[in-house]
Amino acid sequence: MSHGPSASGGALVAAAPHGHDHAPYTPVFTAGSARRAELDALITRYPTKMAALLPALWMVQEERGWIAPEAMSEVASVLDLTAAYVKGVVTFYTMYHQHPVGRHFIQVCTTSPCLCAGADKVVDSFLEHTGCKELGVTSPDGKFTVIEVECLGACGFATPVQINADYVENVTPEKVPAILAGLK
Amino acid sequence: MGYPHKSHPRETPVLSKHFGDPKARELETWKSFGGYRALQQALAMEPTAIQDVVKASGLRGRGGAGFPTGLKWSFMKLGDGKPHYLCCNADESEPGTFKDREIMRWTPHALIEGCAIGAHAIGAETCFIYIRGEFSEPIAVMERALAEARAAGIIGKNAMGSGKTVDVWVHKGAGAYICGEETALMNSIEGKRGNPRIKPPFPAVAGLFGMPTTINNVETLAAVPHILNNGAEWYKAMCTASPKSTGSKLFSVCGNVARPGNYEVVMGFPFKEFLYDLCGGPPPGRKFKAIIPGGSSVPVITIEEAEQVKMDYEGFLEYGTMLGSGGVIIFDDAQSMPRQLARLARFYAHESCAQCTQCREGTAWMTKILERIVAGQGTFEDLDTIFELAENMTGKTICVLSDSCAAPVTSGIQRFRHEFEALISGKRSSSVAVAGAL
Repeated sequence: MSHGPSASGGALVAAAPHGHDHAPYTPVFTAGSARRAELDALITRYPTKMAALLPALWMVQEERGWIAPEAMSEVASVLDLTAAYVKGVVTFYTMYHQHPVGRHFIQVCTTSPCLCAGADKVVDSFLEHTGCKELGVTSPDGKFTVIEVECLGACGFATPVQINADYVENVTPEKVPAILAGLK
Repeated sequence: MGYPHKSHPRETPVLSKHFGDPKARELETWKSFGGYRALQQALAMEPTAIQDVVKASGLRGRGGAGFPTGLKWSFMKLGDGKPHYLCCNADESEPGTFKDREIMRWTPHALIEGCAIGAHAIGAETCFIYIRGEFSEPIAVMERALAEARAAGIIGKNAMGSGKTVDVWVHKGAGAYICGEETALMNSIEGKRGNPRIKPPFPAVAGLFGMPTTINNVETLAAVPHILNNGAEWYKAMCTASPKSTGSKLFSVCGNVARPGNYEVVMGFPFKEFLYDLCGGPPPGRKFKAIIPGGSSVPVITIEEAEQVKMDYEGFLEYGTMLGSGGVIIFDDAQSMPRQLARLARFYAHESCAQCTQCREGTAWMTKILERIVAGQGTFEDLDTIFELAENMTGKTICVLSDSCAAPVTSGIQRFRHEFEALISGKRSSSVAVAGAL
C-alpha cells in the first residue's frame, strides 16, 4: 500500500537506513527451536498452513527486528509457499519492516482527530529531539526512527505515539524530551 | 467506574461499567460480576433459540453498518456438515473510533463470553478475534484472559462441561485499515493480502477458508451476554427515539472537546445534551463548528444540525449522516475544514488496497486536489472536479473505502464551501500547511 500521495506509514521504512550493519541472516525456525515449536503449535489452529503466515512474519520481526529477503524465503519454505508470495503479503502490511529501523521505532499518529490536537507539532518535536531530522530516516546513532502513522485508534488520547509495541498517550511537543530520556 | 473519566450520571454504563478497573480483567472478579452465566445458559440452548432472543432484542451491528445481529446469525445454515466460523472484528482503525480498544483492555472476559455465545449460536466451534497489530496492550490482555478461560475449561473442548467445543483465538493484524472490511479481514486471517472480496458469495455461504462465516464487531458481541442475562425486553427498552434502534451504545468522542473519551448512552439520547453536558462542550474560548459523528467515513454535519440530532441509527440519517461506529470527531471554530478534510482524504489514499481503479486513483487525486487548495494553489474548477470524482468513487467498487473518502469530503464542501472558496480566491490562506504534505 505504498501508492498514492502519502509519505507516511509503512511506505517510509523504505528510506535508506543509517548506522546499521546488516548481519548475515540467521534462520528463525530451525528444527528443534522454540520458535519452530511455537509456529508448529499455531498451525494446528487453522485448516491451512498459509494462515500462519502473518504470525510467522511477526515472529521473524520480533527476533530479527525486520523482515529480510532471506527471512521471506525461510518463512516460505516452512509454510510451503513461494518467497514471491510471502513478499506480496509483507509489502501489503505497514507494520512489517522491509529494512532495518532504529532501536526505538516511533510512530506519531497525525490523522484528523490528532491533527486537531496539534500532532504535526509533536512530529516536529520528535524529529528535532531524536536527531532524525527527517521522517523515516534512522538517527546516526541507530537509536531512533520516526514516522507518521495513520490512525492508531486512540483518538481520545491525542496525540498517541507508538514506540515499538507500546502506546504513549496524550503526547505534546513539550513532553517529547522526557519521553525520549526514558528510552534506553 | 468509567475511563478516562468517571461515568456521567446520565450515562447508562452496561458495557463500560467496569472500564478503568484493572481487577475486572481477572476471571475470578469477572465471575463475581456474573460473568459466564450467560454462556452457561447459552450452551444449554438451541442455536436458533439464542438467535431468536438476539433478534427480539433489536441489537444491530456496532461496527458501522448497523445490520440486525440476530438476522445475520440466522443466515448461517445449521447442520450442513461444514465447519462454521465466527470472526470478531477488532481491527478498530476507523479515525475517531476507540471503543473496542477499551472493551478489550478492561473487560476481556465480556468479549470472550460474547464470542463463545455467538459461535454456538451460528454452529461454529472456532472464533478468531482479529485485532489490529498496533493494539499490543489489548492483545496482551485478551491473550491472558483467553489463557485463564481455557485453563478454567470455559472455552475449548467440552466448554463449561456442555460437551460442546468452542475455541477462541486471537489473530493479530499487521497494519492495514482495510482489514476491518469483513472480507479483507478473512483474507488476512488466511495469510493473504488484505484485499476485499467481491460479494456474492456472502460470508455466510462462503467465508473464512471457504466455509460459512459470520463477522461481528467487538461491541456487538460484548453486548450479547447482557441480553441473555437480562432478557430481550430489557435491552429493547433502552430506546428513547426510533424503535429500530435499541440498547446502549458506546460513543468515542475526540477532536476539539473539553472531555474526550468514551461515553455510553441509551439509543436516541439528545446529541446536544451529550455534547455540552457529558462531553463538557468545546475547549475554553472556542465554539463547536462541525462534527463527523460516526467515524471518519460518514458525512460531516454542522453544529447547528448536530444539536437537533437524536443519537440513533435513524436520527443521524435524518440529518444526512450516519451513526456508523459511534466515533464522534469534533472540529471547533479554530479548525480549517479544507485542511482537516485534506488530511482525511490522505488517510484513505494511504489505506486503499488499490484493487479498484476508482478507489486507487480517486482517493489519490482527491488528496492532491485538496492539498493543492489548502496550499492556496486551487481553482474554482477544482471543486467541480472533486464532485465529479466523488460520483465515480461512490457505489462502483468492491468495498466502500472509496465511498468513505468521498462522503466526508463532499459533505464538507457542501456545508463549508465558503472556507474552500476563501482559500481559492486568496482571501485567506490556511495558516498551517497540511502536516507533511507536498
